Amino acid sequence: MTTGTTDPFAYHAPTSVREASQALSRYRGDAKLLAGGHSLIPMMKLRIASPQAIIDLRNVEGLRGITENDDGSITIGAMTTYHELVTSDVINSKAPAIAQAASQVADTQVRNWGTIGGSLAHADPAGDLPAVAVALGMEINSASARSSRSISCDRFFRGYLETALRANEVLTGVTVPAQAEGSGSAYVKLANKASHYAIVGVAASVTIDGGGICTEARIGITGAGPHAIRSRRAERILVGKELTESVINRAAQRGGADIAGMFNDDVHASAEYREAMTKVYTARAVSAAVACADA
Amino acid sequence: MNVEVTITVNGTEHRLQVQPRTLLSTLLRDELDLTGTHVGCDTSSCGACTVLVDGNATKSCTMFAAQADGSSVTTVEGLASNGELHPIQEAFREMHGLQCGFCTPGMMITAVQILERNPSPSEAEIRSGLRGNLCRCTGYHNIVRAVQHAASSAGGA
Repeated sequence: MTTGTTDPFAYHAPTSVREASQALSRYRGDAKLLAGGHSLIPMMKLRIASPQAIIDLRNVEGLRGITENDDGSITIGAMTTYHELVTSDVINSKAPAIAQAASQVADTQVRNWGTIGGSLAHADPAGDLPAVAVALGMEINSASARSSRSISCDRFFRGYLETALRANEVLTGVTVPAQAEGSGSAYVKLANKASHYAIVGVAASVTIDGGGICTEARIGITGAGPHAIRSRRAERILVGKELTESVINRAAQRGGADIAGMFNDDVHASAEYREAMTKVYTARAVSAAVACADA
Repeated sequence: MNVEVTITVNGTEHRLQVQPRTLLSTLLRDELDLTGTHVGCDTSSCGACTVLVDGNATKSCTMFAAQADGSSVTTVEGLASNGELHPIQEAFREMHGLQCGFCTPGMMITAVQILERNPSPSEAEIRSGLRGNLCRCTGYHNIVRAVQHAASSAGGA
């Protein structure tokens, strides 16, 4: 044996969401869906996860690709890789924060396999895409053998590695709502130097009307707390105002207010440091989103 | 229960029965005896195990062999053809892009993908492209020069 390995498991590669969901039901919560595998396989090697079965989604029809819809929204299949997001013209022009976040994930090998669906369903507290999902107001689409539904990003992330997905549901993709005229988005992060995981990552989306007033703002923060969290207290300071440097800085001071008492405190950074950096990176993300809206 | 995997490696098709938990790196090294693919960290950090799967640089320690069913894989053994070194191998030799050589197969495979996606990368683009490959000897300078050399020999930058 030349390499480390995982505990044994049964392997299934269904061709439809229905079959995948049925397999999940059959194993009663002791099966894991495999997308790109770049979070799951390392966890299995560490025995953080030892599922009885792996349900590989690679052959499931209809889970890949980026589609621009007639109403201006964008649908992204769950199995779409970071690399595909980074190199997509639609994403770069309509929702640049997604490309910015995807381009900052780990390294090229990981971006070739890691997927948007995997990132959201895994809900790593330091994952990049969850923050962007929150800032862009994405709808997370899921399906079981019998039904399908959309879950608002505001209700999707529940806790550490915990989402609103039911045990038999497959995350099939996301819908990025149409961004209004005068909108801009950005994602910035303070990355751990070795892993490139976010110590703090902030995604911001703003809409600015013809008179230069911010009519809508959404801020999603990752890395700082147990899961991606919407920074409503900072958003409130931005809406209804001209986004001058002083307004942005005032909002940024409230950047971590929605995470108070929940800041992660670990070997990578203290809670105090994360709180301080949340303010700094909130200011940077909002400024970059404003610059994007102006462009 | 074993799974059947049909995989083309360096142009040769293989059909194997493997345990589902068999990693692609294990299949290559233990089943096919292609030990040019090195396993360093086994935690998808170091990139020594990088191979091309359908043209995409892939850390083969972070993929089950079953996931590669139906795929075409290129390992370092598949870079040279007809006794001629691949331009990236030639460039690593020319620019002394290695010392102990442990990371070299992964470095060269990743470099192949870098140049395939961008024939004239800047130094910064090369360094960022190699971010998933760790070298403990060279300090990276000659590795970057080797990739630049391969790009310019191929008529790029």
